[in-house]
Amino acid sequence: MNRPVDLLIIGAGPAGMAAALAAAPSGISIVLLDDNPLPGGQIWRDGPNAQLPTLATDVRAQLQHYSNIHLHSGTKVVALAGPKRLLLEDAERGWVLAYDKLILCTGARELLLPFPGWTLPGVTGAGGLQALIKGGLPVSGERIVIAGSGPLLLASAATAKKNGAEVVRIAEQAGRRAVSGFAMGLWRWPNKALQALTLASGAYRLSAHVIEAFGSDRLEAVRVQKGSRVEDIACDRLACGFSLVPNTEMGSALGCEVRNRAIVVDEWQATGLTDHYAAGECTGFGGSELAQVEGRIAGLVVVGKQDEARALWPERQRWQRFADRLNNAFALDPALKTLSKADTLVCRCEDVPYAELADHSGWNTAKLNTRCGMGACQGRICATAAQTLFGWEPPHLRPPFSPARIATLACLDDAGTAI
Amino acid sequence: MLELSIDGQPLRVAPGTTVAAALMASGDHCSRTSISGQRRAPLCGMGICQECRVTIDGLRRLSCQTLCRDGMHVETQP
Repeated sequence: MNRPVDLLIIGAGPAGMAAALAAAPSGISIVLLDDNPLPGGQIWRDGPNAQLPTLATDVRAQLQHYSNIHLHSGTKVVALAGPKRLLLEDAERGWVLAYDKLILCTGARELLLPFPGWTLPGVTGAGGLQALIKGGLPVSGERIVIAGSGPLLLASAATAKKNGAEVVRIAEQAGRRAVSGFAMGLWRWPNKALQALTLASGAYRLSAHVIEAFGSDRLEAVRVQKGSRVEDIACDRLACGFSLVPNTEMGSALGCEVRNRAIVVDEWQATGLTDHYAAGECTGFGGSELAQVEGRIAGLVVVGKQDEARALWPERQRWQRFADRLNNAFALDPALKTLSKADTLVCRCEDVPYAELADHSGWNTAKLNTRCGMGACQGRICATAAQTLFGWEPPHLRPPFSPARIATLACLDDAGTAI
Repeated sequence: MLELSIDGQPLRVAPGTTVAAALMASGDHCSRTSISGQRRAPLCGMGICQECRVTIDGLRRLSCQTLCRDGMHVETQP
């Protein structure tokens, strides 16, 4: 097997790219992995309909400048393959990569909660729709409802509008008091206040949430509740997401501590596991500015530049305060836990309805009795939803971490490791 | 422009388009059939939910993390 790479970074979003660029001048060998076809993560996702900010294109250009940064796009982690070794797979091959130090920059995903009709074609996540539009989905002339929670709704609406869609409603579940309190505090982060103004929309409603989506073969309309009023809206698409949850599965599989849905790190971005660091959204949702400064700190610490890393602590603290305000303002309304009907599917892989889950006392018994979480996504959607709906602690991810080819798993034999 | 086929139907898309975006704009807009027979379409758009899995040139792939290539054959039916 090849010599271990000095630094492996999992995730090429703002945190991962910043970590690579902070560590690269030292000359160490760096592998930057990402399962998407291009670097940038979700916020800087490129594609035919994406307009990348200059910062994002600059960062990507800088990555290419360093010959010691090896970018592997379209590559996912399949399993652990012994201490400091991971089994990887891309479109063509599987292989085992050994590393000396690791920085997890696995980002966050949307919290998707079940409601009647959420399995209909035409319903996506809010960030999901934005990602699909950037990837070339034409939405010109379509009527779109955007719902859920958080600033991502406005960003998704802006992308849809820019691409010719009519955004007929934006339903934000948080109330006026929380959201205006948050908006009033934005003067402390001037670029965020400017973003908020740019994204403002007349279709925006507070204390509003989707209660049902209708359609026969695909989405035709949604029912939105605002206070005691109910509104039916004909539309072509519904983009619904309830803010973000950190992707902690890889950290937890490696043995890092996870608390409050986030990988626990110290002031150096170090996890409790020696030589293992984490930065960005996987350590708690906080936006791309926080992710970048955390990534830089982790990259500097890995190459022994603790003094330079320490100089970035005040900047990290400033963005962390922004993140804290954000997370308080958009706390979820308990009414969202009761949207499902008896036959609403909660597990979309194994088609397990709400009624079959609701009487169980925890994830394991629900899983053993109903097969929920045993499909291709391994509970990433339904176990995360069940944590919100029922308060069930989500399971540890088991290898293979995502569907993989047999030939890839056979690489573990070559490496002398049992899965 | 690139030309690929989705369930045998030709489709032309701009370079850089993901397979998920391409199939949501063609045919029945779906990617797979669920175990209880429902047609499903891409949901999360970022490689998490697995709803967008399709067969591309004989291999199962996530359409949202795969870019269209000229001559690609995409199948969404079971």
